[in-house]
Amino acid sequence: MIDNKVIMAEDQDKILEEVTGGEYKYGFTTDIETEVIPKGLNEDVVRLISQKKNEPEWMLEFRLKAFSHWLKMEQPNWAKLNIPKIDFQDIIYYAAPKQKPKLDSMDDVDPELKATFDKLGIPLEEQKVLSGVAVDAVMDSVSVKTTFKETLAEKGIIFCSFSEAVQEYPDLIKKYMGSVVPYTDNFFAALNNAVFSDGSFVYIPKGVRCPIELSTYFRINATNTGQFERTLIVADDDSYVSYLEGCTAPQRDENQLHAAIVEIVTMDRAEVKYSTVQNWYPGDKEGKGGIYNFVTKRALCKGDYSKVMWTQVETGSAITWKYPSCVLMGNHSVGEFYSVAVTNNYQQADTGTKMIHIGKNTRSLIVSKGVSAGKSQNSYRGLVRVNKKAENARNFSQCDSLLMGDKCGAHTFPYLEINNNSAVVEHEATTSKIGEDQIFYCNTRGLSTEDAIGLIVNGYVKEVINQLPMEFAVEAQKLLQISLEGSVG
Amino acid sequence: MSIAGTDIKTEEKYISLFKDNLGHLNVITSEEVANEREAGIRIFEEKGIPNRKVENYKYTNLNPQFERDYACDFEHEVFNQNLSEVFNCNVEDLDAITVYLINGWYYRKNQVSESLPKGVLMGSFAEFSKSHPDIFKAHYNKYAKNEEDSLVALNTAFAQDGFFLYIPKGVVVEKPIQIVNIMKSSEDFMAFPRNLVVLEENAQAKIMVCEHTLSDNKFLVNGVTEAYIDKNAVFDLYSIQNQHNLTTNISSVFIKQKQNSNILTHNLTLHTGVTRNNVYVHMDDEHCESKVYGLFVSDKSQHVDNFSFIDHAKPNCYSEELFKGVLDDTATGAFAGKIMVRPDAQKTNAFQKNDNLLLTDTAKMNTKPMLEIYADDVKCSHGATVGQLDEKSMFYLRSRGIGKDEARILLMYAFAYEVVEKIRVEAVREQIRGLVEQVFRGELNKCNSCALCGQDASGKGYTCM
Repeated sequence: MIDNKVIMAEDQDKILEEVTGGEYKYGFTTDIETEVIPKGLNEDVVRLISQKKNEPEWMLEFRLKAFSHWLKMEQPNWAKLNIPKIDFQDIIYYAAPKQKPKLDSMDDVDPELKATFDKLGIPLEEQKVLSGVAVDAVMDSVSVKTTFKETLAEKGIIFCSFSEAVQEYPDLIKKYMGSVVPYTDNFFAALNNAVFSDGSFVYIPKGVRCPIELSTYFRINATNTGQFERTLIVADDDSYVSYLEGCTAPQRDENQLHAAIVEIVTMDRAEVKYSTVQNWYPGDKEGKGGIYNFVTKRALCKGDYSKVMWTQVETGSAITWKYPSCVLMGNHSVGEFYSVAVTNNYQQADTGTKMIHIGKNTRSLIVSKGVSAGKSQNSYRGLVRVNKKAENARNFSQCDSLLMGDKCGAHTFPYLEINNNSAVVEHEATTSKIGEDQIFYCNTRGLSTEDAIGLIVNGYVKEVINQLPMEFAVEAQKLLQISLEGSVG
Repeated sequence: MSIAGTDIKTEEKYISLFKDNLGHLNVITSEEVANEREAGIRIFEEKGIPNRKVENYKYTNLNPQFERDYACDFEHEVFNQNLSEVFNCNVEDLDAITVYLINGWYYRKNQVSESLPKGVLMGSFAEFSKSHPDIFKAHYNKYAKNEEDSLVALNTAFAQDGFFLYIPKGVVVEKPIQIVNIMKSSEDFMAFPRNLVVLEENAQAKIMVCEHTLSDNKFLVNGVTEAYIDKNAVFDLYSIQNQHNLTTNISSVFIKQKQNSNILTHNLTLHTGVTRNNVYVHMDDEHCESKVYGLFVSDKSQHVDNFSFIDHAKPNCYSEELFKGVLDDTATGAFAGKIMVRPDAQKTNAFQKNDNLLLTDTAKMNTKPMLEIYADDVKCSHGATVGQLDEKSMFYLRSRGIGKDEARILLMYAFAYEVVEKIRVEAVREQIRGLVEQVFRGELNKCNSCALCGQDASGKGYTCM
């Protein structure tokens, strides 16, 4: 029995090595002509970005206001992360694939660029109707191509790049931009507001149920650049949309900063489902390189009975630092958060959510599954606040951590602030490793140790994966397999 | 000797108070204690009084409490007063070894030596620091985390007296040791009691600390207790806080455990003004077991904050934490617990739970159960709930003819029961049961847990609130 155990342990170590050695398969760079501006950040750079994008005056003013506020701020350091000093003057704030003035059809897209997105498995061509996903592809700082636009337009849905929206729908942008995440919100949000390049804008009109999944695909390509995109989703009364976000980056030794903002506004009875499969380059096995993913994501459930659902699968990035949040303002509004965060090698993650209950009869649900392997540190940090007037608020949080290996860390920092006695708030968390008994049971049923671990981990994260749209669920499962399978020591 | 001045920075008051009284402070204590003062005041000067920006004090702002002016007693003038009225009562035999501390000073006329087993040392912290410098050298200020908490550092700077307990190898003190802490003064008053407990191998002791206030002045008590629990030793520390609501009570307990030792701490906050309890348990050897419990029942505008830090530094240890709170009126509560599992502390079992009842919509609770884990073969869990009395249970009781108020009391008592039952000294448990029920009935103006409060029949006695 003892011998068996030793062998099993050795086996597991071997598998661990094999599997955690899995290469990052999106690490290629695309050789494409890119227009960049010089490194560094000052007021002129902000003006230049605005000018390049041919923005109206009010937009420039907005940027400058944010920039002058950012100058007064300091980079926060409260997270359980070890962040090497970021030199904000050593970043290129604008990089765009050189392109012809206007894209009319698919043929106009640079073939090299098209090949890139094909390689990533992103269907840019509208012919691929079967995949049923409308895509907005963002390369470096610029939205490259948005598909299915016409189909959506018939229903009155606006799905376009952010810069396009600034030109064509200034009223909507003026009304909603910054209404959920003000430029004063935090250090990285202020920076984004000053230098943001592009992103996606979605507006779903009253009573419309978006027939297909909307998706943005982010790709960092140029070196030394930072990516600062922003997404704004407005769902009017009784509407519904499911939105997906995916991201990859080339393999490089340097760290690149990604500081995005996602804002969601839902009106009465509207529902938004936002899913992220985040697979930025995580750095190599020694922890060199990788993306810093410092994103501010927040949803405002403004209307009664509105609902926002965040689902995230975080497998990439050297450092992940984000808290997709819900401000439950409308009565009976619902916020849900499902997360799988996987860290390996030297990755660090400090992620979670904030549920702010303001309206009456609001509900929130948090399911967070952390998996840490290698020498990584994985923290869940979450806030549930029930304001004084939020009668009958209900929250349930479940935060589990799975440890694979004895050099990694898993941490849980939940904050519960309850100011109303009719609230029912529960938080539960467990931390454990995969039980030897579970593996043993699978072994006796004829499964190899590797398969057994795959099975157990998949079962462990199922609750979250189930929330993803089908296409993404498959991708997410594959990703998990790459980063984890067999990595139990 | 009160602190004067209004417009200077609060911290400055304490620093100059320290400088002015350094001579007095050192008269009574030994070198071992005196040598730590400078470092303590330096840390305090550097960090200041914790405000809400200090993560561990996020939900408790003590600055207003420290801003007030308090008198201090660095030369135990309290004993020059006529204390006969405090002690003239017939001590009701509680089957405990009872000693008194007044304003943080160990009452020199306590008579205990006869009832204690041979070799046990118990008495004044200050006196023993002079007579047993070796023990102080080995243990004093070795476990308190001055760096972590500037208020602990402040205590180290001002430490003069408190109780001292030393139990030699293999000695078991069967009877609970009851320490009655009395605050009594004619003006607003501040004290820095410092206690040291050393249990050698296979020793056992149970301490029950009762905190009382006997005059209606504002009090600020910033106490620190250090305990060293050697191999196979068993140590219980029950702290019963029953003070009037002008009191600010900050109590920090630091316990260091060696192999196979077993400890239990229990903070019962029944009535207070502002209370902050810190419990730090450091399991520095394998197979340690620690149980950290707490119950707080607050109403009016009381504030109770429990902070705990359970450090699993070595493999194969077990820890269990349970804190329960009942908040009424505009009371506010906070809980922050951290379980730290250090690298290689494999086979750790650590459990943490915090349940709270909010009885009114003006009561507030903030809770923050945290896990920080660096080893993989562990079982750790934490949970926190905030809610109100179960309507179904209420309905059931009322359908059986029990009145609304009575049903409420029954349910609250049932809620608190779980944590009260964790007390493992039967005599103490019995007492606490009664006390808790009284609290829920709103009848607690005396606690009967020490002779002191039990004497008011003549009308001359004191009430705790």
